[in-house]
Amino acid sequence: MRVFIPPPLRSYTGGRARVEVEETTLGAVLDALDALYPGFRFRIVDEQDRIRPHIRFVAREEFVHTLTHPLEPGDEVQIICALSGGSPAHGT
Amino acid sequence: MGSARGKSIRRVSQEKGAGRGPKGQKKRSVAKTSGDVWLLVGTKKGAFIFRGDGTRRRWEAKGPIFLGSEVNHLVLDPRDGRTLLMAGRTGHLGPTVFRSTDGGRAWKEARRPPAFPKAAEAASAPAVERTFWLTPGHSSQPDVWYAGSSPHGLFRSEDGGTSWEPVPGFLDYLAALKAREGFIGATPGGPLTHSILVDPRDPAHLYVGLSTGGFFESADDGNSWRPLNKGVAAYFLPVKNPEYGHDPHCVALHPANPDRLYQQNHCGIYRLDRPGETWRRIGRAMPKEVGDIGFPIVLHPRDPDTVWVFPMDGTKVWPRTSPGGRPAVYRARDGGRTWQRQDRGLPREQAYFTVMRQAFAADPLEPVGLYFGTTGGEVWMSPDEGATWRTLAAHLPYVLSVTAAVPA
Repeated sequence: MRVFIPPPLRSYTGGRARVEVEETTLGAVLDALDALYPGFRFRIVDEQDRIRPHIRFVAREEFVHTLTHPLEPGDEVQIICALSGGSPAHGT
Repeated sequence: MGSARGKSIRRVSQEKGAGRGPKGQKKRSVAKTSGDVWLLVGTKKGAFIFRGDGTRRRWEAKGPIFLGSEVNHLVLDPRDGRTLLMAGRTGHLGPTVFRSTDGGRAWKEARRPPAFPKAAEAASAPAVERTFWLTPGHSSQPDVWYAGSSPHGLFRSEDGGTSWEPVPGFLDYLAALKAREGFIGATPGGPLTHSILVDPRDPAHLYVGLSTGGFFESADDGNSWRPLNKGVAAYFLPVKNPEYGHDPHCVALHPANPDRLYQQNHCGIYRLDRPGETWRRIGRAMPKEVGDIGFPIVLHPRDPDTVWVFPMDGTKVWPRTSPGGRPAVYRARDGGRTWQRQDRGLPREQAYFTVMRQAFAADPLEPVGLYFGTTGGEVWMSPDEGATWRTLAAHLPYVLSVTAAVPA
């Protein structure tokens, strides 16, 4: 399956916007990406396996909120850096 | 509560020049009078390195490094004069630590950044939102670093900052303190663990500050802790003279006399001389119209009696800007009995500076150079121990941290 990498994470992928992996859950996709690009996962999922506040995942044009979400061959997964501006709490 | 009380502090690896001479006379270590200086500036939108020659008149700017990243601390390892550690995150991406061994040209991310243990009940378990503070370990432990986080957490690396683990004794202690509601809290910017201090005579003797929560000491490498807040005001708590719960904005230990500590607290400026246990409010000697509220505190690298603060307005709604719009550094040369205003070169009016707790630093040269960064993106420097000030940089992003160091 094809994973879309947003610009803030492309320093990990050597600038690549799309990466091919073949896994059956969102969590497994992230583990595979972390194996390819060490440090990748922790920037978007915290140590309690919670998706970070301004990160969204999309599969089959729906937002995905859990790492156990099942995926099928041919699915396209998008990692989206969602709105994070405008609040001092978010460092802007 | 703490179990470290009464334990003796091991005295090992006495630093050259540390301590006091015969009959308690102050002992000044040898000054470094020349050499390059690096000024390491962390901002809300990246880091900058200013390289000054020995005269500190010519500076070369490098940066931005990691443009767009919130850089809470950028520190040069004094043990090798070469390794830089940077605590960063972005608005979208979680916190991490970067390491450079070539003066900031190339950076490598920590293999395991500071992170709390994975909990069975993840919903309420803490996760590091930002690594806030970095402290190099003892000179006898060249690969050890400490990190403080938000939310409160203390982490240790034993491989030069590549992988980090929680200091387990600290997490356990913190959990016990939290049982008392409201005494371990947060600043408007979140709970901040900072001012991680390592006794230069003993690598197992540690101090740490919590905003809010207080100041704490461990005599056994972080396994057990105890509060060290006697004499410090905490007007925002419901009890008088609490054992903990205070808000130490910044605490510093003097390298030449590690028994002397200074503290800029939410409620004043204090000094503690160990083995004493009670802080003395030396800020009471500050001019009444200026007050003794601020964030940073900076020590002279050789003279334990000389200390600088950057007062900010703590009246009415606590604007935390230069009192009266007239920024000044205040210096004491007698341990805080008297204070002198140092504002030559700084704006005379309508200048409302805010300087964060990590954003004021001294270099080790003779005379000492002083540097502070403002939330308005200016960096000011004094080449003569505060006597005169000039702008080193302007138009930077909001400055979070400033450290000064001499590279190898």
